[in-house]
This record gives sequence, structure tokens and C-alpha cells, in this order.
Amino acid sequence: MKPRFKHLLGIELLTRSDIIGILDQTESFLEVLKRPIPVVPALRGKTIVNLFFEPSTRTALSFSLAASRLSAHCVNFSFPSSSVQKGETLLDTARNIEAMRVDGVVVRHSMPGAPHFLARRLKAFVVNAGDGCHEHPTQALLDAFTLRQHLGSLKGKRILFVGDIAHSRVARSNIICFSKLGARVAVCGPPTFLPTDIEKLGCEVFYRLDKILYEVDVVNMLRVQNERTDLSLFPSIREYRALYGLTRERLSKLDKSVLVIHPGPVNWGVEMDFEIAEFPQTLILNQVTNGVAVRMAVLYLLAGGHEET
Amino acid sequence: MRQAVIDEQGLKTLVSQLASDISRRNRGVKNLVFVGIKRRGVPLANRLAKELSLNQKYRIPVGAIDITLYRDDLQLVAETPICGGSEIDFDINGRIIVLVDDLIYTGRTVRAALTELLDFGRPKSIQLAVLVDRGHRELPIEPNFVGRTIKTRHDDLVDIYLVEEDGTDGVFLTRR
Repeated sequence: MKPRFKHLLGIELLTRSDIIGILDQTESFLEVLKRPIPVVPALRGKTIVNLFFEPSTRTALSFSLAASRLSAHCVNFSFPSSSVQKGETLLDTARNIEAMRVDGVVVRHSMPGAPHFLARRLKAFVVNAGDGCHEHPTQALLDAFTLRQHLGSLKGKRILFVGDIAHSRVARSNIICFSKLGARVAVCGPPTFLPTDIEKLGCEVFYRLDKILYEVDVVNMLRVQNERTDLSLFPSIREYRALYGLTRERLSKLDKSVLVIHPGPVNWGVEMDFEIAEFPQTLILNQVTNGVAVRMAVLYLLAGGHEET
Repeated sequence: MRQAVIDEQGLKTLVSQLASDISRRNRGVKNLVFVGIKRRGVPLANRLAKELSLNQKYRIPVGAIDITLYRDDLQLVAETPICGGSEIDFDINGRIIVLVDDLIYTGRTVRAALTELLDFGRPKSIQLAVLVDRGHRELPIEPNFVGRTIKTRHDDLVDIYLVEEDGTDGVFLTRR
């Protein structure tokens, strides 16, 4: 399979069949991860740089693991985001990466479009690991993969996003991804958390959780970004939990077949009650496991083969 | 020019011969496991195991191996090959593995399969069975069991068809 794309910058740029191609490829890497020695030599001699300008635990770790399980070298750079003079430093960084002759760059940056900026300037392939409030494509792919494992297909399924849609790159990438796979997407949250043009993404909009929660197949909870609460986007955490939290009372009324996903890290007691971690329909740890396999598929597809000259 | 080298009946005979060679050499089939190299090695491994399991209490386990991720030319091919995944759901430690493929040519596929198998465990030994050997080895690898040796030139094409994959059985040689 020759991917149509040289970089993975966003779900928006992928077609439905691109997405399905990546998900199918992920199946075989999930099998590799179950082997006694879960390492294959596919990307021997390749070098991949993790360039994280924003803090991250699971995404950076997941990409590093994916690279090592493919026998690629993975180098981690982390920059103190406060001292970054964005535009200039990024270009400077790009030139330095070029000089070090790496094959791929995994980049996370607080500025939307930073990976696209790098992709235009580097020979190396670029994977977007989160750019500001814009996109987080590998999260969307791993969520789609996780749901596909349980539902077979997303076609016609109703998926509800709850929480801070406006500031969430995960919500954006996931909404686009699930819609491309044929799901019916709805969003729910306080008006301050919903972008004004959200209908353009083809979503139904709800302001009251109890009105829609019991009619969906999947609930995609989003993190209340505590670092933004000082912006007074909602009156109090207690009120937020009461109106939009996936509490144990709400979960107990949910059908047992309804799946719950969350990109992590979870603010337990805010958007979700802690007990929900224990419920069989909660797939948060499956998401993390599948994340490594999805990233292996992405790195394999982008780094495998040579450049046609 | 394309000619049939082995027909349906001939292929059946070759498989039976291979099966009896394997069982004679190992004095029975105890402790044997079969691993087919994807794609056409897998149906062949199944046929051999089926033939040798007749009148036996012991059912020979059959696995499948996809060598894509172990290829030595991944960086040379322009298109990243889609990888199908391997299926070996039994313990290979201490077993005798009969590795099965339809065709041996350069030996590079077998090299990749050997490396991959050894990542699954430490078998007692590995033997190699192929339906057709067309020569032109690039690595010091020789099969233990060969159905038929066919003399070919480097640029000849050898096409092997199996019912399970292609709907028909037969081997064809095309000279260019």
C-alpha cells in the first residue's frame, strides 16, 4: 500500500479509504504486540524524532514505543514551551532537524499549523501529535480503531461528544474521523464550550446531557481543561459535574452496550466519576494499548519504502 | 511463451510425496508443527498436515507467517507492502517446525521467515519444504524437501496456483 499522503497532518486531509487503510494495517501491528518478542525489524536504521513543545506523557511514550517496536531509533526532544519564540524558533528547529538527517518528525506544538509549517520545509515526514486546538490525528485513528473492535463498523452509529469541544483538538479530529466513517455525531456541553460554527462539521448540538445521553451508542468524554477554568467558561466544577459529568447515576441508567471513551488524562470527579474506570464498557485502557499499534501503522506507512526520485 | 509444468493431478502427487518424505525423515509426525509462509505456503502447509494427520491421533498444528516486516528490501521497494500479520497460536519451543512455501528462488523469503520464527521462540529444529525449487539462490539456504526442481532462467516467471487462493491447481512457466 502506497499511502497517498507523505505526512500525517490531520484527519481532514484523509479520505475514508485512507483511514480504513491505516486501521486495517493496525490489526497486524496489534498482532505483533502480542508476540513473545514484540519487535519487528521493519524500520531498522530509520531515525524518528519526537519534538514536543507541549507536555505529554502517553502520546510521546506511545510514539517512542511504536518506533522501538519497529526497530527504528527514536530521539526525544522536549523544549520548555515558555522560552520558545514560536515562528522563528520553529524554523530554526526545522533547519537543525534537516541538518541531523532524520527520517521522520513527530511534532506537538501549541500553535495550530506548526506541523504543516514543518512539513513544507523538511524532507523528513511529519506526524502531527497535536497542534493547539486544531488536530490530533493519531488520537482519532486509535479511537476509531478501538470503537471498530467493539462495534464492527462505525457506520450509522450515534456518537456523542461531551465537554469542551471548542478547545479540544481531539474533539475536532475525532468528529471529522467518525463522520468520514459514517457515524452520526452529536455534541453536548455548555454554550461556552461549543464553537459557534460547530454545525458545519455536521453535528447535532445539545445543551442538556440527559436529553441525548440515553440515545447514543458511544460517549466520547472530553477533558475539562483545568488550565482554562480561570477563563470563567463555566460557573463551578460542581455545577459542571451535575450538568455534564458522566456520574455513576447517569452510567447506571445507560444501556450496558454503550461504550465510553476518553482521550485522557481524566479529571476524575469532574467530567467522570472514578467508579466508571471499573465498568466493562469503559475502553480507556484499550485506547492506550491500541495507540501504540496505530502509531506503528502510521510510522510504518510513512517511513517504509523509499522516496521516488 | 507460457507452458504448464505441473497439472492438477501432478500437484496432488507432489504434495503426497512431500508428505511421505517429511514423515519418513522424522520417523512419524510426533512433535512436528507446520508453518506456512503467506500466502501460498499456508494452504500447502494445511494440505500436508491434513494428509499426515490421517489415521493419526495427533493433529499437527498449522501456523501462518507473514514476512513483510522482516524483508531485507523494505527500503528498496517504492510501495510499502501491506502487512497481513502472522498467526502462530501454539508454542514452538522444543518443537520441530516444518516451514512450508510454494516456491524457493533467491532464498531471501526463507531467510526472513527464519529470523521471524526465531523471534517466536526456540524450536528444536526447522526444516524447509517447498513445492517447486526454481534455482538462482542468493543465500546459502537449501530446502530439505522439494516437490519438483524446475530449471529456469533469471527472467522466467513461475506462477503457482492453488485452489484455496486461486480457484485452481497448477504450475506454469513463462519464458520471456
